[in-house]
Amino acid sequence: MQFIKPDINIDFVGKRKIAFLFSGALILLTLLLLVWRGGPNYGVDFTGGVLIQVRLDQIHSPAEIKKALKPIDLQDSIIQQFGEKAADEFLIRVRQTKLELTGLSDKVKAALGSAFGKGVDIRRVEMVGPKVGKDLRQKALFAIFYSILFIAIYISGRFELKWMMSIVMALSLAFVVYLTSSFGMPVTWLIVIALLVTLGLCWFLNLKYALGAVIALIHDVTITVGAFALTDREISLAIIAAFLTIVGYSLNDTIIVFDRIRENVRRFRRRPFQEVMNASINETLSRTILTSSTTLVVVAALFFLGGGVIHDFAFAMLVGIFVGTYSSIFVASPILLMWEGKIAGTAPKKGSTLNKRHAEGS
Amino acid sequence: MSKNLGLRAGIVAVVVIVALMYLAPSLSRNLPPWWSSVLPKDKIHLGLDLQGGIHLNLEVEAGKAVESNLERVVEELKHDLRKNKIRYLELKRLDTDGIALTLMRDEDERVFTEMFKADQPDFDIGTPVHAEGKLQFRLMLLKKAKDRIMRMAVEQALETIRNRVDQFGVSEPDIRPQEGHRILIQLPGVKDPKRAVALIGKTALLEFKLVDEDHSVDEALKGRIPPGDEILYEMTTDRTTGQRRRTPLLLKSRTLFTGEYITDARVQIDSRYNEPYVSISFDSRGARLFENITGQNIKKRLAIVLDNKVYSAPVIQDKISGGRAQITGRFGMDEARDLAIVLRAGALPAPVKILEERTVGPSLGRDSIEKGIKSTIIGGLAVVIFMAVYYGLSGVIANVALVLNVLLIMSGLAFFGATLTLPGIAGIILTIGMAVDANVLIFERIREELRLGKTPRASIEGGYGKALVTILDANVTTLIAALVLFQFGTGPVRGFAVTLSIGIIASLFTAIFVTRVIFDYFYVQKRMKKISI
Repeated sequence: MQFIKPDINIDFVGKRKIAFLFSGALILLTLLLLVWRGGPNYGVDFTGGVLIQVRLDQIHSPAEIKKALKPIDLQDSIIQQFGEKAADEFLIRVRQTKLELTGLSDKVKAALGSAFGKGVDIRRVEMVGPKVGKDLRQKALFAIFYSILFIAIYISGRFELKWMMSIVMALSLAFVVYLTSSFGMPVTWLIVIALLVTLGLCWFLNLKYALGAVIALIHDVTITVGAFALTDREISLAIIAAFLTIVGYSLNDTIIVFDRIRENVRRFRRRPFQEVMNASINETLSRTILTSSTTLVVVAALFFLGGGVIHDFAFAMLVGIFVGTYSSIFVASPILLMWEGKIAGTAPKKGSTLNKRHAEGS
Repeated sequence: MSKNLGLRAGIVAVVVIVALMYLAPSLSRNLPPWWSSVLPKDKIHLGLDLQGGIHLNLEVEAGKAVESNLERVVEELKHDLRKNKIRYLELKRLDTDGIALTLMRDEDERVFTEMFKADQPDFDIGTPVHAEGKLQFRLMLLKKAKDRIMRMAVEQALETIRNRVDQFGVSEPDIRPQEGHRILIQLPGVKDPKRAVALIGKTALLEFKLVDEDHSVDEALKGRIPPGDEILYEMTTDRTTGQRRRTPLLLKSRTLFTGEYITDARVQIDSRYNEPYVSISFDSRGARLFENITGQNIKKRLAIVLDNKVYSAPVIQDKISGGRAQITGRFGMDEARDLAIVLRAGALPAPVKILEERTVGPSLGRDSIEKGIKSTIIGGLAVVIFMAVYYGLSGVIANVALVLNVLLIMSGLAFFGATLTLPGIAGIILTIGMAVDANVLIFERIREELRLGKTPRASIEGGYGKALVTILDANVTTLIAALVLFQFGTGPVRGFAVTLSIGIIASLFTAIFVTRVIFDYFYVQKRMKKISI
């Protein structure tokens, strides 16, 4: 059985302008959404606060619950229906307030109990103090940062045999991070700066594969964050784990295409780079689609059947895998091509062959 | 690569048998008794999110321990100064830094300096300055000593909490210190989280103080508190109406006796009202001290104060010898039991603050496991059917590898003593989806080779050879992400990182090594001519 004909030849790279426009629009939309919302919608893990999951034995509306919480001054908390429709489960989120967090769940239980009678089941309580929230936020951001850094180093070393270069990159990044953090820069900016430095270094050190891969994965994570903002989902600790998995998955996909490109560049020295690239994407297309579908199928099972607690995690994975597959075809490779084009433009022929020799890895 | 087929098949068999051995305790409840004596007997640990329980992150307010330490030194100094007939104008604690002392007479400087240096090696005496004609000392606590006090406070708190949890009766608690004076506590399967948290977080500082009966409470409540006194409240419940009331009491601040002499505390039942009370016994030193105190204060009221709350303030009828006392206070049975536990386990050296508290009810945990297993099976089945339909016999071979992969992940969890969490289940599901990737890569390569007109055997050879590097590259990056997650993640996220990491490594083994053995068996050993792919 075969979905994709072996002799398929779609001009993917030729459509890069449309792809860039599309990706650019999505990223712009994400940024606008984030600016409009005043930053990502962080969950209690990161903002501090209380999350209470309750199950009532009768059907009630969120508005009724809000009313029930009024006597204890929690009417401003966010009430959200949770899980399958049939069960009457709700999430009550209380953001950082002046209220004492300890013992809040008992108050909530008492308040709901007096409004709806017995049958109030507190199923989960997560109380995160502001200090821990800040710690977790830092940890999460550092996790994202380090994974991107290590991956950039690995790709540069592995793909272009420029281990020295990637060590140079690691050292300069460590230096920049040290410098900026000693100025007491918030971690969010640290990440942005570190990413820019990574991209800049990839550019100057001529690490084109790493450049393409890193841009692709930033693209994927950004759009997934956008999807979260659009659907009003919260970013919790587990979602950060999902983001990092997306990073891993997106790279997985990108690397497989890149590997084929490297192999084909070696095989067809005379053919133009764009053609080789297209051929490589087409050759791996069958695999790309198959793997993405099997992964999407299992994640979809998780999304629909896994229950409320894991729902958002599965959503992140769904979006991420979809975007990751798209980006390895339409974003990572074209960026590689643009780079080659730039080299060819400034130093025709010579630079190009030089580069290819680099790519062969001697 | 197609040589040594027997050896390679042997390796696979050994791995499978070892994996099954590690998995058996989690699968079956009634293993034969000889099993646990030689073979692994640890089950897969379930995370708090799957079995229900409490996750607590506490901060020991170690600064408070420093404060009380300084207060004690102040008391000691008062005593010593009096003994040496040194008169002083002022003696007070300076926050958590040290002690300020102003002497009345300059000529006492030498005596005091000698005395202080001999008795208090933890302080820097500094150079005294003259201000307003008096000699002022700033006795600063050395940083080394301060750090030691804080470290000891955390260690002691850890020990005390461990004791309390042990006596509360939690199976497999996990209590460990963390950076920044913090303590992380995980209590799986606790039914009454509120009670457990109260038990752990209680400072349990037991003090005996005299009631000041010479001054009126009402005057004091208006703000005119006599020097050396304080107002604390007693919670009383009316026996007939059941109403709770807060009664203010004016107490002398000086603590006569503390809970540090307690050797035992038990719940007993008052026969008159059929109410539980806590009976405490002291060690011999405490017994002597208590006898003196009660003997000197007959007919006065002695308040029993726990964490600044008065439990009762009975009148001392007679000298109490024998080292026993009772704490009454209208307890419920659980309350009395918990009080006995904290008194036995001892007071925390400093109050603790709850920074993070997560509780998962057991019903939610059960739901999560159920749904997790359901989605794993359905997702897995979809993939298995798809592979078999799309790749035929080769797909079935890949499916064998897939099943083996899940088996290896589970036994890997048991082997490393890792914890399976809900995101961990998601990690397994994800691995199922991604593990077939390696086989898809190989199969697509084999198809390409076949299209070039190669023999099945050569195609398999070529397919595996060419796909191998790519598979390694692709998996290393995911592994990097997983390892970083492991390093920075906590709790459930860590569980995800663990299953993902084990899954990646296991999938490399099953998808490359195991499938190759099967392929070689069919197409090299059995010399099958046509390849089903």
